[in-house]
Amino acid sequence: MDAVIENLPVFLEGFKNTLGLLLLSGTGALVLGIIIAAMRISPVASLRGFATVYTEIVRNTPLTLVLFFCAFILPYLQFSPGYFVLAMIGLTVYTSPFVAEALRSGVNGVHVGQAEAARSVGLTFTQTLSFVVMPQAVRMVVPPLINVFIALTKNTSVAGAFFVFELFGAARKVTNDRGDQVLAILLAVAAFYLLVTISLGLIAARVEKKVAVLR
Amino acid sequence: MTSVLYDAPGPKAILRSRIFSVVTALLIAAGLVWLILALGAPKTSANGAVQPGLWDPTRWDVFSDREVWRTLGRGALNTLRMAGVAAVFALLLGVLFSFGRVSDTKWIRIPTTVVLEFVRGMPVLLMMLFILLVFSTGSFWAGVAALSVYNGAIIGEALRAGIKSLPRGQREAGLAIGLTPVATRLRIEFPQAFRQMLPIIIAQLVVLLKDTSLAFVVGYEELLRSGTSMTNFFGSRYSFSFFLVVLAIYLTMNLLLSWLARVIARRTGSKSGGVTTETKAPPEKPLDPELVYPAALGNQMGKP
Repeated sequence: MDAVIENLPVFLEGFKNTLGLLLLSGTGALVLGIIIAAMRISPVASLRGFATVYTEIVRNTPLTLVLFFCAFILPYLQFSPGYFVLAMIGLTVYTSPFVAEALRSGVNGVHVGQAEAARSVGLTFTQTLSFVVMPQAVRMVVPPLINVFIALTKNTSVAGAFFVFELFGAARKVTNDRGDQVLAILLAVAAFYLLVTISLGLIAARVEKKVAVLR
Repeated sequence: MTSVLYDAPGPKAILRSRIFSVVTALLIAAGLVWLILALGAPKTSANGAVQPGLWDPTRWDVFSDREVWRTLGRGALNTLRMAGVAAVFALLLGVLFSFGRVSDTKWIRIPTTVVLEFVRGMPVLLMMLFILLVFSTGSFWAGVAALSVYNGAIIGEALRAGIKSLPRGQREAGLAIGLTPVATRLRIEFPQAFRQMLPIIIAQLVVLLKDTSLAFVVGYEELLRSGTSMTNFFGSRYSFSFFLVVLAIYLTMNLLLSWLARVIARRTGSKSGGVTTETKAPPEKPLDPELVYPAALGNQMGKP
């Protein structure tokens, strides 16, 4: 236990970087995901095709490979803004298709009858979207979107293997120093991760309950 | 969905959207060509030395060496081996977890729930590292253990959802004909839940295959590691080439498996799962029903 208490500043430093990665790449993935999702449901065939190919390729590439590309190949190609930024780019790119899929399924999940009804009472395209479709889609999208962010929280640990000092990196460092108390260190680091993932999960469950009432 | 949102386009709008589509296609193609050319252009590094472009033959000549392909193949096989072993354990654990999670006994249900929450909220990579350190297994078994526990938890959760989504009557009917609660779970509820959740389970196995690459971090000699060790051996000149080849192999494996998953999902889906498929399944022993029936009754009466 004393290994944990002694190294608490190290863990907190790592936790701060984990949260930073989560927030920055989460925002980035949200923006990129919205763009991809918009492309995928757009009437322009070439945009749709591009977004589909992008989604398929990125979703089937292991995260380790994406981050490996960012940490080793990009600097080799003389693009090196530091490992934190590189890991952030990698996580953003990796997460964006999952965000896009969550958004798309939400919009597709709104029953067609809703749009038809809105159109038939004479609402315009903008009114249909902003008063009928989007309010329902946004509610339906929130739980799967939170699940994507929970996965992202856990995925930030892979960045720790590629020179970013976050929780996983902190765990590696501390276990190197204190090999005798591995189990206590594991539980401490896991607790930090669970703090984020479980609280996000609780929010998701809560939102889901509210949506279920509304539907 | 989108077609309902606006009026059907007239000839002018169709023409306009077609032109727009072609223009964006050209823009995307131009962007890709630019990217390929930019990667292929010779580069001047900081110390003034000129490096050949990335498509230069000097960066790709290692691939004529058969030993390189053999090493890559070994790496791919190692990846598949880890995925295969972990998949088997993950399925077994998933079944166990789902039974524990829906158990009627509080003493089984609550601990299982706690363990599942703990495992699902933790990064696989962290689990791998600590299994490696605590149990000092080799990197192979550390990877297998972490992957099977994590994916087992997710499969277990899916199976639980499947069992919970069955009509209550299924369990009640099982109990009513005198099966024990465990037998009802095993022979009535579980087969239906499994069939219903098969697409999700297979999708999770694709994720498992992808996640084997995490074993790279704990030093397992898998596909990516074989690529990097060869980069170290042949020099960083080849790093991009090896990366691209490894990526291509991964993409092929994963896309094939995803495609297979989709085919299976469609096939099981079209059978309109649930009770009907169960009755369609051939009986274990094709016996005369008159012979089977008394035996079943006898078994029932033998039980307290």
